[in-house]
Amino acid sequence: MNMILSPIPWLLVIPLAGATLTMLLPYHWRSAASVVGIFTQLMASVILWYQVTHYGPQFYAMADWQAPLGISLRADGLATLFVLMSSLVASACAFYAHHYLSLHKRANFWPLLWFLWASLNGIWLAADTFNLYVGLELLTFAAVGLVAFASDERSLEASIRYLYAALLGSMAYLLGVALLYGAQGTLAMDSLAETWQWGPTTQVAVTLILGGLLLKTAVFPLHTWLPPAHGGALTPVSALLSALVIKASFYILLRFWIEFQIYQFLPSLSQLLGALGAGAILWGGWMALRQTHLKMVVAYSTVAQIGYMTLMFPLLVAENSEASMLAYQGGILMLLAHAFAKAGMFLAAGNLIFCTGKPDLVSLAGMSRYRPLNIFAFGLAGVSLMGLPPSGGFNAKWMLLQSSFMSGQWWWIVVLLLGSLLSAAYIFRVFAYTYQETDALDTYKRPRLSLELIALSLSGISILLGFASLWPLEMISLPGPVMEALP
Amino acid sequence: MDTNLIFTLCGVGLCGLGFFGFIYHRHLLRRLIAFNLIGNGTFLVMVGFAQRGQGVTDHVIQALVLTGIVVAVAATALGLVLIRRWFQLKGSTQLPEDDAS
Amino acid sequence: MSWTDWLPLAVLMTSFMAATIIFMLPEQRHVLRSTINLGAACIKLILIVFLIQAVLKQQYPEIRLEVLPGLELILRADSLAILFAGLSSVLWLFTTLYAIGYLENSPNRSRFFGYFSLCVASTMGISLAGNLFTFLIFYELLTLSTYPLVVHRGNAASIKAGRTYLIYTLSGGVVLLLGVAALYALGGDIAFGDIERTAALVGTWPELMTIIFILLIAGLGVKAAIFPFHGWLPTAMVAPAPVSALLHAVAVVKAGAFGIVRVIYDIYGIELSWQQGFLFPIAVLASFTILYGSWRALQQIDIKKRLAYSTVSQVSYILLGISLFGPLGTIGGLVHLLHQGLMKVTLFFCAGNFAETLGIHKIHELDGVGKRMPLTSAAFTVGALGMIGLPPVAGFISKWYLGMGALEANMEWVIFVLIGSSLLNAAYFLPVLKRIWFNPQQGQWPLEVINNNRDAIPLLLIPALVTASLSIAAGLFASSILSPLGWAELITLREYLR
Repeated sequence: MNMILSPIPWLLVIPLAGATLTMLLPYHWRSAASVVGIFTQLMASVILWYQVTHYGPQFYAMADWQAPLGISLRADGLATLFVLMSSLVASACAFYAHHYLSLHKRANFWPLLWFLWASLNGIWLAADTFNLYVGLELLTFAAVGLVAFASDERSLEASIRYLYAALLGSMAYLLGVALLYGAQGTLAMDSLAETWQWGPTTQVAVTLILGGLLLKTAVFPLHTWLPPAHGGALTPVSALLSALVIKASFYILLRFWIEFQIYQFLPSLSQLLGALGAGAILWGGWMALRQTHLKMVVAYSTVAQIGYMTLMFPLLVAENSEASMLAYQGGILMLLAHAFAKAGMFLAAGNLIFCTGKPDLVSLAGMSRYRPLNIFAFGLAGVSLMGLPPSGGFNAKWMLLQSSFMSGQWWWIVVLLLGSLLSAAYIFRVFAYTYQETDALDTYKRPRLSLELIALSLSGISILLGFASLWPLEMISLPGPVMEALP
Repeated sequence: MDTNLIFTLCGVGLCGLGFFGFIYHRHLLRRLIAFNLIGNGTFLVMVGFAQRGQGVTDHVIQALVLTGIVVAVAATALGLVLIRRWFQLKGSTQLPEDDAS
Repeated sequence: MSWTDWLPLAVLMTSFMAATIIFMLPEQRHVLRSTINLGAACIKLILIVFLIQAVLKQQYPEIRLEVLPGLELILRADSLAILFAGLSSVLWLFTTLYAIGYLENSPNRSRFFGYFSLCVASTMGISLAGNLFTFLIFYELLTLSTYPLVVHRGNAASIKAGRTYLIYTLSGGVVLLLGVAALYALGGDIAFGDIERTAALVGTWPELMTIIFILLIAGLGVKAAIFPFHGWLPTAMVAPAPVSALLHAVAVVKAGAFGIVRVIYDIYGIELSWQQGFLFPIAVLASFTILYGSWRALQQIDIKKRLAYSTVSQVSYILLGISLFGPLGTIGGLVHLLHQGLMKVTLFFCAGNFAETLGIHKIHELDGVGKRMPLTSAAFTVGALGMIGLPPVAGFISKWYLGMGALEANMEWVIFVLIGSSLLNAAYFLPVLKRIWFNPQQGQWPLEVINNNRDAIPLLLIPALVTASLSIAAGLFASSILSPLGWAELITLREYLR
């Protein structure tokens, strides 16, 4: 298709151009240029959504270079939903950062944000396994840079740990891809799916890829790098990392698992993934309950929430198509609800920390009186994360529960319900602190209203998803490679 | 034994060595070098294993390895910047061994 | 779709919109906030009147929204829904009035009234829910919106009480969710009243359906404060008086009891529950809770604590009535849902008045208060006598029908439970009344807020007097169709003729 007509290349070109431009422009112009870029991104995402829903999956080869050497891109319903999700969340975080950061910080924030955005879109739209690798690496660099951005010792340490974990993960992934190419003779996702042959090399390759992606997604017990990185970064960065960045490697894992029908051939590996997810839910929840700093609670909550998403893998069972469909839809809905809820929660937490000037929970006393709107934003996000109705998180949990019932895997039901109680415990613990009244004089700083409203609107979307779940579910169920590979 | 197999075996060996170093060492620079070792091993595997038995060179793989090397260089550069900054701040070449999990 | 179909949504939205606007208002806009609150309460009452007319004409307005494939949110006004919605909206009006007076000059009113309205919105959702899924959504929303009210004071005691409250209600919510999800997995989305489908399911999976029944009742029983899940209720007494009144008389405990009514009547069906032998264990548990609650109430020296244990006991009357198979028992249970609400809200209003006017919290401090605060004391007396079950106060009618229902269901032992509980009620209320009216005043009042020998301020006094009068009116005009008894008979008629 013509480059002008298809939005797909624009989703990559604009962020990359944005990254370069914002590095070269004078400080004062960078925000303005970025705002223009953000709007074109949002527009391109909406156009893509329109095209995919009306004309089916879209394909595009960059500069007409065809595979195997060119960069070929494709957009099915799943990819489009992720493009829309990342556009919305990243725009919200960008506007937040614009108001939150000082001019100097802001000026250096933009190039990194645009690199991050480009690599995310690259991953959502990639049609071959090597482009996914490039996307992953670029994402790592941008994310590590953003973590180090807080420029204190803690965040620097966190970013070095993050870099090392992520590099190890991507190398394992690359080695897996190399072996896969040796065994299958192709790198393109669709031809891999067509000619997939099981053999010892493929199994080693799958194991390497799985290990690398699990490390990058921070699935328990490979999660140790995540809490300091997400909890120590600047607020808008934390939101971006938790809401979007970890989803990238999860998305790749999901595509592999379904499109190459790994779930059919290695069901025991799926059960292992489920067990790791259960461990993440319980351990992440338990650790969140024991934190003394607000952002660390939210960061450990991410560890637990990744567990919920991972629970969809054992529920994809070849024999029961209805249960698999529910698991697929429920898992994606969980991911979507988490993206909005967690971004909203991190931003609300950042506002609270800005008010008190201290990062710990004890200083939150009196906050629910002083900043009710902000507490409300935090609470709405909390409702979705706890999986209480009405929210996207609840609907997702409901679908996963139904899927467990249908496939007769009652043990995941126990995990899901225990996890809800744990998450309720750690979120209401934060609440209890904000309701406390102390005798100390109030010396709070007042955040700008726009910062609170951005947090509120992100949390609000996670609640609205509870009423409008059908829309994303229909979208990811559009015909495409994933739907073909589901039983 | 053809050369491609030798490449592959060497690559696997390098990966193993690199992985061991990455886990074993605490010195940040050593770990970065170990990462490069894994990378080089991976590239050898790519070149060797993917081309075995074909008799002709595979341009796709060469392009991929080139891209991979570029990415690895970039990663090393980023790592070096962070390590240098860490050294300036803390005067240390390794991360504090906290058992935070 | 006729215009009446939008009414259930409109009823829900009046409180919800009020909550949203109140959250947005600055703290110091007290007059505007009160106006919005009372305005919304009045609009809601008018809408309820329209709904009553529709239901009397056998139209059942309903509105649906598909949220997940094959799963709908349903808001539907049937006669049972109107019973609970009507009670909540009447009491919302008076509790709001009372709360405006009670919280005068105290901080955080914006937050308080916002969550208060949200709480009523969830109660409306619970009463108008047309299937278990919708019910569950609003049931959990109720938990969330009452937590900020329980911890409103922000001191260590209320934070601790809030934690206890959450542990109980959220665990109950999880059990309920498990039950609802399991039922859905077996039979899909079952609307309230679709008892033929459940009957078919019970035929296919009798054991599973029994387990689901137990899960549902246990999950709902936490909010209904059935023994042994009653522990949260006395602890939650640290909340301000209007919250206690709302929690105990209307929202939370009634939501649990109402849910149990829904499960027995509109999911399993009363005849099926009877055939499966589900009713007898509930009757036994309810009887035990009645006696146990009264017994514990007797031991309390704090007025609000005594009232709380009295609630534990009284709510189980509703469950007892439902578990007596036969129309008379059903009428007794349903009518008590309303009567207990009116009487208990009166008692809590009065307890709040004693505390706000004279600083009285303990029972022994009540000596001679009848002369100092005659009107409040009179209202308290009406509520207390109603609880004991003396005519013409409404409580008598509930007990009369419960007794008749027990005879009809051939469960004579229930009569002894009723007599025993009435004796205990008398034992813990009559001494209080004696102190109020006949004992002389002992020294100074603990904390005399209002001097000049006056009763409580009008905003606190009027709601108590109105609800007390309503309790008497419900007893005196019991034969009217719009009285609680008349409506309960209507529901029973429709239920048993189905």
